[in-house]
Amino acid sequence: MNTVLQIIMKQILLPIATSLILLLIGFPSKAQEDIMSRLDTMVDKETNYIEATFKSSRIVNGHSIEQVGDDQLHFRISHRFNQLGQGWRSLWGLDGANMYLSLEYGISDKFMVGLGRTTELKTYHGFQKYAITRQSTGKKNMPVSISLHSSISLNTVEWNNPQKHDDFAGRISYTHQLPIARKFNEDISLQVTPTYIHRNLVDNPGVPNDIYSLGMGGSLRLTKWVRFNAEYFYVLSPFDNDKSFDNVNNLSLGFDIHTGGHVFQLHFTNSQSMIEPYYIAGTKEKWIDNGLNFEGIYFGFNILRVFAL
Amino acid sequence: MKNSVLILIGILFISANIYGQEYMTRSGYIWFYSQTPVEDIKAHNRQVACILNTETGDVGVTLLMKSFEFKKALMQRDFNRQYVESDKYPKATFEGKITDLSKVDFSESGKYKVPVSGKLTIHGVTNKINTDVNLTVKEDNVIAAKAMFIASPADYDIDIPKVMRDNIAKEIEVNVDFELKKR
Repeated sequence: MNTVLQIIMKQILLPIATSLILLLIGFPSKAQEDIMSRLDTMVDKETNYIEATFKSSRIVNGHSIEQVGDDQLHFRISHRFNQLGQGWRSLWGLDGANMYLSLEYGISDKFMVGLGRTTELKTYHGFQKYAITRQSTGKKNMPVSISLHSSISLNTVEWNNPQKHDDFAGRISYTHQLPIARKFNEDISLQVTPTYIHRNLVDNPGVPNDIYSLGMGGSLRLTKWVRFNAEYFYVLSPFDNDKSFDNVNNLSLGFDIHTGGHVFQLHFTNSQSMIEPYYIAGTKEKWIDNGLNFEGIYFGFNILRVFAL
Repeated sequence: MKNSVLILIGILFISANIYGQEYMTRSGYIWFYSQTPVEDIKAHNRQVACILNTETGDVGVTLLMKSFEFKKALMQRDFNRQYVESDKYPKATFEGKITDLSKVDFSESGKYKVPVSGKLTIHGVTNKINTDVNLTVKEDNVIAAKAMFIASPADYDIDIPKVMRDNIAKEIEVNVDFELKKR
């Protein structure tokens, strides 16, 4: 019995096994497939960072989690024209505009700084944005991108309030934001933006210096080249009971139009302002007041020119 | 029993030999160049993987589209997102063969020009390409491979909007520069 088994092992199974192995090693098309599959594992990165959560470093008025990028300089020009309700004689507001110009530079892929100026109250505006986390899959799995954005603004308008002393510090406001965003898929990205604003000087004692707001923004793909954006800043009631916030929350609706090389952002918003203390804390007109309130809706755009340094 | 031991040793030898015929790199360099009167665009990828089997002539090349670096960060983002759709099609591959192995002697240092043909896949679309590759067989088991070929975005279903047609060349020059080391 034993010997029969041995004979089977020696004479039949071993040669079959060895020829099978030889066949596997020597087969040319197998070798090619093998090359391709080994190459696959050679290039696969351990962590895949999600790119382009939003098309621009702004959703509409507010900062998105996007950076300008390492050693990149953006020259940004934004306009908010006058009220749509001005009618045909003023070409529905296009005769006048509030403007914002800025230069924004990427010190690294995770850190950018910018300096801007807006027509409104002749205000200078400096800011930084740092990417704390980046959404990623793979070895490092991170569900959201989180940034820290801070800005300081200084109005340089001529002083014409006889009741108050013209104090330099009184012209300054600070903003801190913590945008948290997630790209769910190619079609939809959402962001929440907890915001704290401190204004050194306000109009009267009944108005809070500190403003707490929760921003919400989203971007929806319509076509490969066009996205729809919405942004809303909800201002929380002041924690101090003696004070009240009697302005209106800012709501903006807009489109990103990608021309292949540039992104144009066109939008409608109920604030003519473009810097945080003004559009979040200083918006006065409502979108809806007995129907659509065209006296409070502004058309505007953001465009930018990129310089690679 | 003696026979099977011999066969086993033989197998070991053969497999060792097969690996011995393989040259590879994971830091190959590919760059492409789009030249139009409006704009010159260059992108560089220094993380290309390549395996060459000198016995069979089989060649494989794989790269990640996201590893192409552009001078302008926005251009790189547009390339990945709008043009080659890197999230959907992360890799480009070439699967091919040296069609005439008699043109090269891998055991002899020197320069050789060999014809290579195979399937190039970009943006999920596969086309057959033929090109000449300049091989330099060096001492210490190194082979340098250089090649240039033309790829057209239209052949790979890459959608270019009208306003950008003057900025992006219809024929894009692709350059390959690998230094393969014996495994």
